[in-house]
Amino acid sequence: MQPTKHATHHDHAHSHAHSHGGDHHHEELGFWQKYIFSTDHKVIGIQYALTSLIFLLFGFFLVALMRWQLAYPGKAIPFGGAFLAKLLGPEMVGTEVSGKVGVIMPDLYNSFGAMHGTIMVFLAIVPLAFGAFGNFVTPLQIGAPDMAFPRLNMASYWVYFLGGVGMFCSFFVPGGAAKSGWTSYSPLATVTDAAWDFNGQTMWLIGMVLLITSSLLGAVNFITTIIQLRTKGMSWMRMPFFVWAQFVTAFILLLAFPPLEAAGVMQLMDNVFDTSFFLPTGLVVGGKTMDVSGGGSPLLWQHLFWFLGHPEVYVLILPAMGIISEIISNNTRRPLWGYKTLVYSALTVGFISFIVWAHHMYLTGMGTKISTFFQTTTMMISIPSVFILTCLFITLWGGSIRFNTPMLFAIAFLPMFGIGGLTGLPLGFNASDIYLHDTYYVIAHFHYVVAPGTIFGLLAGIYYWFPKATGRFMSEFWGKVHFVFSLIFMNAIFAPMFLQGMAGMSRRMYDGGATYSLEKAPDVIGALSATVIKYNISITHAALGLGLAQIPFIINFFWSIKFGKKVTSDNPWDATTLEWATPTPPPHGNFIGEPAAYRGPYEYSVPGSSSDFLPQFKSDRA
Amino acid sequence: MDIPYTSKPRPDTGLYNAKVGIWLFLASEVMLFGALFSSYILLRMGADKWPGGMLNIPIGTFNTAVLITSSITVLMAWVSLKMHNFAKFKLYMGITILCALGFVGIKSIEYKDKFTHYQVWLNDKDKTTYTGHIEGNPWFLSHKKMDAKKMDHIMFTSDAAHGAAAGGHSGHGAAMKIERKDIARLSAYVPAHSTYFAIYFTLTALHALHVIGGASVLAYFWGPGSTMWKTDPERFTNRIEVGGLFWHFVDLVWIFLFPVLYLL
Amino acid sequence: MADSHDISKHIKLYVGVFLALLVGTVITVGMYYVHFNSLAMTVGVALLIASIKSFLVAGYFMHLTAEKKTIYVILGITVVFFIGMMGLCIWSMLDTPAPKGV
Repeated sequence: MQPTKHATHHDHAHSHAHSHGGDHHHEELGFWQKYIFSTDHKVIGIQYALTSLIFLLFGFFLVALMRWQLAYPGKAIPFGGAFLAKLLGPEMVGTEVSGKVGVIMPDLYNSFGAMHGTIMVFLAIVPLAFGAFGNFVTPLQIGAPDMAFPRLNMASYWVYFLGGVGMFCSFFVPGGAAKSGWTSYSPLATVTDAAWDFNGQTMWLIGMVLLITSSLLGAVNFITTIIQLRTKGMSWMRMPFFVWAQFVTAFILLLAFPPLEAAGVMQLMDNVFDTSFFLPTGLVVGGKTMDVSGGGSPLLWQHLFWFLGHPEVYVLILPAMGIISEIISNNTRRPLWGYKTLVYSALTVGFISFIVWAHHMYLTGMGTKISTFFQTTTMMISIPSVFILTCLFITLWGGSIRFNTPMLFAIAFLPMFGIGGLTGLPLGFNASDIYLHDTYYVIAHFHYVVAPGTIFGLLAGIYYWFPKATGRFMSEFWGKVHFVFSLIFMNAIFAPMFLQGMAGMSRRMYDGGATYSLEKAPDVIGALSATVIKYNISITHAALGLGLAQIPFIINFFWSIKFGKKVTSDNPWDATTLEWATPTPPPHGNFIGEPAAYRGPYEYSVPGSSSDFLPQFKSDRA
Repeated sequence: MDIPYTSKPRPDTGLYNAKVGIWLFLASEVMLFGALFSSYILLRMGADKWPGGMLNIPIGTFNTAVLITSSITVLMAWVSLKMHNFAKFKLYMGITILCALGFVGIKSIEYKDKFTHYQVWLNDKDKTTYTGHIEGNPWFLSHKKMDAKKMDHIMFTSDAAHGAAAGGHSGHGAAMKIERKDIARLSAYVPAHSTYFAIYFTLTALHALHVIGGASVLAYFWGPGSTMWKTDPERFTNRIEVGGLFWHFVDLVWIFLFPVLYLL
Repeated sequence: MADSHDISKHIKLYVGVFLALLVGTVITVGMYYVHFNSLAMTVGVALLIASIKSFLVAGYFMHLTAEKKTIYVILGITVVFFIGMMGLCIWSMLDTPAPKGV
């Protein structure tokens, strides 16, 4: 029996585990190889988790400052305005020169807007949902000792990290960060800050290339691992739904990201080498015709961007659906209702997601035939999504529900995602989208899906798998506090935005709609009422509340690592899936001996059984 | 701790891990180049005029043959390992890498030709345009650069043959002095010249980067990485197979690039 | 794992494919000097020859004719999305009220 190194980050105890028959001798790894440049999927998963949570907080901070400006236009940022002015310069934050000390300037507002979206989607949610949870849990749930390509895994984290650093540093280059929206439409993305070749937009593009590369490497790893490293007895239809969700997510990333990478290279060429991939002939900027060759197509950028952009939203939601499925089954003590339906729906959603993208482009002047095509596929894709939600709802029926923190987040996901999904329907219809496109209605729709949708799923996952990773529970009391206030404030933020959008308030406006308000423009038909404008204030207050509500979570997270209530078994939730068969925390190589799957993944409350759950990993003879 | 199926294939899929991995990666590359080909189609469909005959076909044909040759040699390198002939592997892989270097070298010469070949549009009422070379054969000169360098004229030798193709009057082949004040636009055949050259350079440069990347990996396997032949010959053979698959894909892309860019 | 006897039979096949590829290249260039009446024919012939060459490379050099189902599924899905991306983008340009699509 050889002493085996293991790379957990929380405790330094060694565990002696059989290696899987290799004749390598395992040396004790140094600090750098164990915690920084580790090839262990669990360490990499935790690296992804910590980095993405930091970016989640940073992205929130950006929009909090934007919300301040929207609620109190022209008012200085409290407590930090002067400091920000010194940090970012007078074009970005007002100084004594303009007489508006500490006020966010329009350019900075736009930068924050573009970077909030970019950071939340590509640096926070995807790395957390896919990089962190996918990496940590997937090999465990299929009974594998690690990912198929551990060094590639490490590379994908560090490329992500580099991309993140690049995105962060872009705030400090001449002209500031990218400010043409996370969608980076040409020609605005090329003409903005054109005085400098190496501006924030260029850094955004380079950052995107790095992030896309990281995701591609990860996708190759995930798919290969799931195909090749399922343990004995782990057939495809015995895999937990979480693994299916990650599998579909990986395929989406693999095939949808490259066109955006191509588009990014082309926009980089436009910005740095003066090409005209996306610049039309005769473009006039600042009164002068642009001195470029012309002949390009702004629509080409939109097609390539949204070819990724739409499947990307399923990348955001599928892992969260996978997570809450595990938690709901476990905490109702019932098998998932309609496992096959769930699996085929996830596959179908993934497939259809590739042919709906131009519903983001209804207002670009496309013909009626092609608009109808995309409208049809968009309506079609709502069906499997509803199937998934329905199966999860029905799972609750007749269950013995345990209302612990992960379960609260998981249950809340269902109606919140329901609202998000249903409000997407008027956007998916060509005719109604003409009115709602680029309004706050869109912002409300997608935030409902991602914030009380995906993020709730991810938070649920943190509370649920924390005991496996650390050997301790997070505090239930503070978890429930975190849940209640997050739920209340998220709804207080995004529900009024539906009303603002239906009243016609455009998104991405620095002054919160004041220019089109009844007060400033009384003769404009459809001017925004005072009520609609006043929502800006309540929304901002709710955003502040949401930020405060995360404080107990952050404290709880770090405090519980050292002082949380210790688990008394390797399977503290009495769950059925394979990750609960490992020691806690799992050592390098994950399992003692070779694990096997003897039955399906959700054998809860099996009639005639002595216990209310039959773990997948427990042999019939034991 | 060992990852299973790194060399021995998994029974139900019949595949070893790296083979699944490389095909997945190639699938993503299909989407990458596919997006660029789609862009080519859309840009060309939307263009009023699209130049033809701007690229040297004999050179392109020769380069195509070079790449096809490297494809068979990289395959023979793998076959040699399967037949346990390490010396032949070294030979064939060496030829493959040389072919790759040759391809990139020839491409560089093609690029340089373009960077020193110019089109100038005058601001007369006919919008006369000439194509040709500039005295001193500078790279990347443009009217903007002329302003930055305070150049007031260029000595331009137009191509008799190309003049007609560019849509203007054909030149006489002798050097002419063109004043800066008469120039509406001066551009070498660089990406910024037109969307035609933009997509040409982007497609071929991205392809060339893949050639260089692939050749680097193959060179590693030819050199320091070949010690694995002694310790784990099966795994090494698989690595050559996987590297060869990437190399064939690079050849595949060129099989479409060549006719699309040079011939159509 | 194929033994050296099987492999040597394949060598003849590989060399044959190599020669076919060279011939195909010559034909492609030759077609350039033949002027077809319609754009569709010109593009069609060029792409047909390129497709045949790529089938040879993919099928024989990359062993795709003897590959496993997993690989076929991966590539099949990719081809579908590739065609979808290209086809829908082109359709969007054609189905536009404005005179020139972009």
